Amino acid sequence: MEYILTFLRQHIDLIYIVILSVFLGIEVISRVPSVLHTPLMSGANAIHGVVIIGAIIVMGKAETDNYPALIIGFLAVILGTINVVGGFVVTDRMLEMFKGKKK
Amino acid sequence: MGSSILSIIYLIGSVTFILGLKMLSKPDTARKGNMVAAAGMSLAILGTIFLYRVNDAPLHNYGWIFTGLAIGGIIGVLSAKKVKMTAMPEMVSMFNGMGGACAALISIVEFDHLIKLIKNLYAPVADDHLALQLLESSTSRGTVIIILLSLIIGAVSCAGSIVAWGKLTGKVKDFSFNGQHFLNLGVLTLIVGLSVWLVCIFDTSPGTALTVFYIIFGLALFYGVLFVMPIGGADMPVVISLLNSFTGVAAACGGFLYSNPVMLTGGILVGSAGTILTILMCKAMNRSLKNVLIGSFGGGAAGAAAAGKDQGNYKEISLNDAAVVLAYASKVIIVPGYGLAVAQAQHACHELEKQLEEKGVEVKYAIHPVAGRMPGHMNVLLAEADVPYEKLLEMEDANAEFPTTDAVLILGANDVVNPAAKSDPASPIYGMPILEVENAKVVIVNKRSMKPGYAGIENDLFFQPKTSMLFGDAKKVLQELLSAIKEV
Repeated sequence: MEYILTFLRQHIDLIYIVILSVFLGIEVISRVPSVLHTPLMSGANAIHGVVIIGAIIVMGKAETDNYPALIIGFLAVILGTINVVGGFVVTDRMLEMFKGKKK
Repeated sequence: MGSSILSIIYLIGSVTFILGLKMLSKPDTARKGNMVAAAGMSLAILGTIFLYRVNDAPLHNYGWIFTGLAIGGIIGVLSAKKVKMTAMPEMVSMFNGMGGACAALISIVEFDHLIKLIKNLYAPVADDHLALQLLESSTSRGTVIIILLSLIIGAVSCAGSIVAWGKLTGKVKDFSFNGQHFLNLGVLTLIVGLSVWLVCIFDTSPGTALTVFYIIFGLALFYGVLFVMPIGGADMPVVISLLNSFTGVAAACGGFLYSNPVMLTGGILVGSAGTILTILMCKAMNRSLKNVLIGSFGGGAAGAAAAGKDQGNYKEISLNDAAVVLAYASKVIIVPGYGLAVAQAQHACHELEKQLEEKGVEVKYAIHPVAGRMPGHMNVLLAEADVPYEKLLEMEDANAEFPTTDAVLILGANDVVNPAAKSDPASPIYGMPILEVENAKVVIVNKRSMKPGYAGIENDLFFQPKTSMLFGDAKKVLQELLSAIKEV
């Protein structure tokens, strides 16, 4: 039990970020027209691709002869990049169409 | 110096994510919002590569990192550019699965790393005092919890997304069996139990811990499959949105692991925004999230009972008759559905609309919030075909206009016009708001066959006297209708 408390105390600034972000996320999204649900989901999908940063760190600190870590990390970097790049490009394509019809 | 700059970069990254999401939720700024978030992401990635320090040492293995980025980037751009607008939902699902997989893979490497560290400390050379210190330090136990969370959520999201992708592309059929909920609950309990055990023993028996870790990984993948398998295709958008927020949480766990604020804000923002979006989508369908997840639509007894009901007779209409009906109507409302999307008929549909307008017919579109496979799916498709925005009616407005409408042309929509949602409390889609097309004078339904829609239930609308069926692929039928109308 104690380790949980200690862990919380050590990471209290991160926990503040978490809680504030939760409310921010709710606040930012509410009252979205249903037209934008799909692009918004797709955009959010691209943003959680930020996990790629973790993959880069894993890769970057792996010992050069630690092949399992390198291979798994390499795979993680590829998958994460597809998530980020693909996500943003797909969202842009969807939104591009909305723009066309406006004027 | 470098690390201070990196902190600022992360701060900028976090702000762009917030701004991006905010802008994405308004039609005028949405596209710019996407760009803003993408710019912030690129900055954060580049900053990490060049400025991140582990114990004051820069990252290495640059060759691997850049190769990975290049491969991923090329695949990402190509698949995103090549995908048809109609296949968008499954593409999003696939990308989401990859993000989840990425989070799970990171956990695997980090756990392996941690176990190695512990094993080294157990080696005779290690300083006992140091070992004890590390093992007793609460940080490592907390770290294991975070690693596990990231692993489990990432794996569930990955496996679930792939199943959702399979369902949307028609590669995976709905599948459920009696007692599935108990199996799901059992697997979930097992995962939680093993995780708790792992957190307790990882420092004393690192070897076992590693095995248990992989078992948990396997179970989590299995749970992801079980989780999505019984949920009907009609509910896939909700599921994808939910899995999307799961991946957000998994990414945020990574943020905890590396004390990385940009991963944390990005992940949690998506986690909470995704959850809200999921609930909004549920509301659009008038279903509760619990209902979607537990009351697995379509599968099981309810669907079978509804399908077994007496069907009555339906009548078919010839192309020429349909053309006459449409051409001599004064107001026509088109109800597009998934059939239009699979047939890629949006352009043909727009042609038909223009032709009818030339004949002096008022043409509008009625868009159900969940028509197609995702909320807004139809809007995107029709926008691609340059259908003017003002012609798209939202559900409430459309329902107000049906009574004064001469003819409704339904293109591959089914569940969203099923009157059972209003009249039959036993129906699995009871309570879902629908387009009340039966208030119009004539209803023409274009479908490929009499097969039930995604919810797996019969539609009484098709058997009503004012309804006539026009079978065939939506695009082909529309093209033929178009030439028939020209001749009228």
